[in-house]
Formats: sequence, structure tokens, C-alpha cells
Amino acid sequence: MKVKLIKGKVWKFGDNVDTDIISPSIYMDSPEELREHAFEAIKPEFAGEVKSGDIIVGGRNFGCGSSRESAPEVIKALGVGAVVAESFGRIFFRNAIAIGLPIITCPRVSEVFEEGDELEIDLKGAKVRNISKGKEIQSEPLYHDVLDIILKGGIISLLKGMQKNE
Amino acid sequence: MGMTLAEKILARKSGKQEVRPGDYLTADIDLAMAHESFAGAYLNLASAGIQKVWDPDRVVVVLDHYVPAPTERSAGIHQIVRSAVEQLGIKHFYDEGRGICHQILPEEGHVCPGDLIVGADSHTTTYGAFGAAGTGIGMSEMAYVLATGKLWFRVPSSIRFQLNGMLPRRVMSKDIILHIAGKYRAEVAQYRSVEFSGPTAGSLSVDGRMTMSNMALELGAKFGFFEPDEKTIAYLETRVKGPIDPIRADADVSYEEVYEVDVSGLEPQIALPWTVDNVKPVSEVGEVAVNQAVIGSCTNGRAEDLEVSAEILRNKKIHPRTRLLVFPASRAIYQEALRKGWLEALSEAGASICPPGCGVCFGAHMGLLAAGESCVASINRNFRGRMGSNDARVYLGSPATVAASAIEGKIADPRGY
Ligand code: SF4
Repeated sequence: MKVKLIKGKVWKFGDNVDTDIISPSIYMDSPEELREHAFEAIKPEFAGEVKSGDIIVGGRNFGCGSSRESAPEVIKALGVGAVVAESFGRIFFRNAIAIGLPIITCPRVSEVFEEGDELEIDLKGAKVRNISKGKEIQSEPLYHDVLDIILKGGIISLLKGMQKNE
Repeated sequence: MGMTLAEKILARKSGKQEVRPGDYLTADIDLAMAHESFAGAYLNLASAGIQKVWDPDRVVVVLDHYVPAPTERSAGIHQIVRSAVEQLGIKHFYDEGRGICHQILPEEGHVCPGDLIVGADSHTTTYGAFGAAGTGIGMSEMAYVLATGKLWFRVPSSIRFQLNGMLPRRVMSKDIILHIAGKYRAEVAQYRSVEFSGPTAGSLSVDGRMTMSNMALELGAKFGFFEPDEKTIAYLETRVKGPIDPIRADADVSYEEVYEVDVSGLEPQIALPWTVDNVKPVSEVGEVAVNQAVIGSCTNGRAEDLEVSAEILRNKKIHPRTRLLVFPASRAIYQEALRKGWLEALSEAGASICPPGCGVCFGAHMGLLAAGESCVASINRNFRGRMGSNDARVYLGSPATVAASAIEGKIADPRGY
């Protein structure tokens, strides 16, 4: 299967960005309000300024905290093309994959990128490139089943596809 | 080199000889559990055009979170679950009043050592008390499991808590796990598998082990194991159909970390608002008046917990300032507590005995707190706003500590009772 490269402008975050920061619980019952307030506690300008296709670069333990699916969902709803971080909270990582948000673990990513850099991800080859600086680093390869879920747009779309093929 | 319990089970279920931390694999699921969350999983499944589950005998559904239904909306969710269960032919359905999912599954013989169990609830780690790999997943993933019986996993690294020493009187397994959370903090097991071992682990009852496996999740753990022993087998023997596999970790295993925990002389522990790892020994908590005291939940609503609470409260009265709510983890436990006179003692002391279920534990109904109120509870979480008002304060302790606190109207040391 040929896999398209994902390309976008970097928004950079630090370590331990938790699911309450991403998806504040007071706005959780309204997807519209949640979109306006995502990441508000640490980057209030993000929700208003993020452009479709931009990419989030996080530090360690990105998405730690609760099991709410709304955290990866709001990131996807804001049009973010992918999330790259040094490491992830367990359930956030699973939920992102389940809803088809490209996500990749890349241990040195914070060193190599500044806010606003142009980033390119080769999901299949497990490579992350800084186009602005001309650097390439290795990321943790995604398991083929996981890659398949992401490329099909999430686990429910994957199931729909499986039904058709039967 | 040998394999840990997590590695062994994930290797077996994915048909591999050997797996290592960081490996990805696709595994066969032995059992899928959902509570009211089944409604969401079912709707996801239906939206994918799927009308049947991979194996109706390997699905267990329990209505426990909103029972009896406190609102019309939750009654509607129950209605969706009941008709979905019937339509899909799921036989292992426990309707409201039978108990909390994490108690019902082992009690009814659905949990076996070595099993891989996923639940649409975070505290699915509880089944680790029986040597089963239980872990929580989201509703989208649950739909996938219901359709295919498979799910991808990343093999976690493993850490071990070696428990030594004898627990002092009135100090319980809840105090051990709170102590661990306080000392090593809530991220100590993030994305890792925990094994509790050592002589003290062996000396704990099955009830006590379940409390710790349940709360392993609060340390970030994917699994929270005890190795099965004669106590496990004695508990499961009369409940499980078929042979019981006494699965163990290999002897030559190296753990990512081993923590030695000596419990002799351990004081009762309290987690203060608003995190599970904000822990102090009871003697350092100071004067904390409590408006409400709660004994119960999937963490501490079992026979051992009700027995010790009844011992402490027998022939006593709770403090006039304090309300005491008791909710047994299952109907079977409720009935045992009836027969043994524990409920009578608790009721005489002034407790309200609530039906088995989750109720107040996650702040849905039956005992919410007003702004400014404080509560001491034997549950597993004290996050802000989880039991009513954002300005209410929840303190976590063992059932013995909660019982003593109900008598004194403030957080109290159970060792004097
Ligand atoms: S008793 Fe509390 S922690 Fe346990 S399943 Fe119910 S809501 Fe969750």
C-alpha cells in the first residue's frame, strides 16, 4: 500500500500535556465550545490560530490523564494533521489511533523542531523530517495493524470496510 | 530469558513463542466486558453495519453505573442495552441490582488466570488479582473487539512491588496501595504492567488483592497482577467451568524496576483532595470533619470490607454530623452481609444501606456532596468534582478508616477500634 506523506507547520508543546488541558472537562458536553477552548490553559491562541494540516509536536507523556476520547477528537476536529511526541499517555495513544488521528512516537522530536518549522512524516517508513532545517530523524515504527487503522480513518471505518469486503 | 506475566499472556494470545516490551501484536480476546458503556459500543457497531458479535459467550454485560435508573435518560440507556443484549444473543447479562461489573465477573466465574480480558471501564485491571490480564479500552475499540474478537496491543514493560512484613491490625491492603501511590506517585506504572509479589501479597485475601489490582490503574498501570496461588484456586474452583491454569512469571525474569515495600508498622493511609497520590498517614492529616462517609464500590465493597466495618460500628452510633452510606459490591455480598448480621450492625449504627452498584462513587446519584462538604470514602478516586460539587472534598481511606471516621465525625484512626 502506498502511504501519503503528511506535511504541515509545527505547533510545539512541552512535557506532560494532560487530557484536561487538551479537553477541559467544563466544555466537554459541547463539541463547539470544546474546539474554542482546547489547550487554553497553556496555549490560549492555539484554538483560534491553528490551520488545517498543522502538526502538533509534544514532549514526554503527551495526553496523560483520563480516558476521554474527546481529547484526540478535538485535536482532529481542529484539523490537526498529526501528533508527534517523545512519548504518550497510554489511553490517549490508543484513542487517537481508534479515531484515525495519525500519531507517532519520536524520542528526539523536541530537539529537532522549533515552532513554525515545516515537518514531514513518513508514517510507513517511520521517519520525521524537518524540511525547514533539512534534518531527518527516526521515529518508532507503527505496527502494521495500527497503521491500517489510521489510514482507514479510524477503527469504526475499518470495520465498515471489512463488512463490505466480506 | 524468561517472561513476565504480561509478556507470557500476550505471547500466548497472539500465538508467539516470545514477546518483549515495545513489541506490537494482535491478540485474541478471551472476554469482553461492558456496563452502560455497552450502549455506545453497540451504536458504534451498528453504525458500521454489524449485527452480530464474534462470540456471544465471551461477552459480559453488567448494568451497574446508574442503578436503579436515577433519570429518564439513564433509563433510556438501560433500554438500549437490554434490547441490544437480546438482539445479539448475549447470555451473560447481569441486569441492575446484581452488582458492580468488576465484582460480578470473578464472582460469576468469568475470570480465569491467564485470560486476556478487555473492559470498557478503566478499572478492568481488577482481574489481575486472579492472574488475568485485564485492561480498559474505549468505546470505539470495544466495538471492534465485539465484531472481531481481536485487538492490537503494545507489550508493556513490567515492574514489581515486592511486599514484605505483616500488616498491623486494622491496616488493610487499601493502605498498602495508597502508600505506594503516595511514595512512588501516580505515574510510577504509566504504560507498564505491575506485579505484586512477596510474602505479604501471599498473605492477603482474594478480597484484599482485588483492591490493589483495582487501584493499580491509579498508578497508570495497564495490568495489575497477583500470581495465582491456593487462595485464588479456592475462590475460583467452585465458580469457573473447566481447568484453572496456575500461570506464573518465569523465575529468570528481569523487571524494569523492583520496589521493596515493607508493610510492618504501616499506618492507615489517607489520600487527600484532589489526587490519589496526595497521601499522608492518618496521624498527619489533622482535624478534618466529614459530612459524609462512604463504604463500598468495586474497590472496597466486599465481604472483608463490610465485616471490618461492622466490627468497628457494632453497638456504636455514627456522629450526628456525619451521614454514612454503605453499598455492597454485589447482591451476593449483600446477602452474605445480611446473613452474618453485618448489615444489621451497620444499620443500627445509623448507616443507610444502598443497593449494590456504583452510585455515588463517580458522582452520578445517591449521595452527592454540596459545596464546602467533605467526605471520607473507601473508593478509588478523589478527583475534583467526582462526587458532586467542584468545591466538595473527598478523602480516600480503607473501610476500617471510614467506619472509625463515621463514629468520630472526622477522619479517624481505626486502630483504636
Ligand atoms: S464502583 Fe466506582 S470505580 Fe468501580 S466501576 Fe463503579 S464507578 Fe467505576
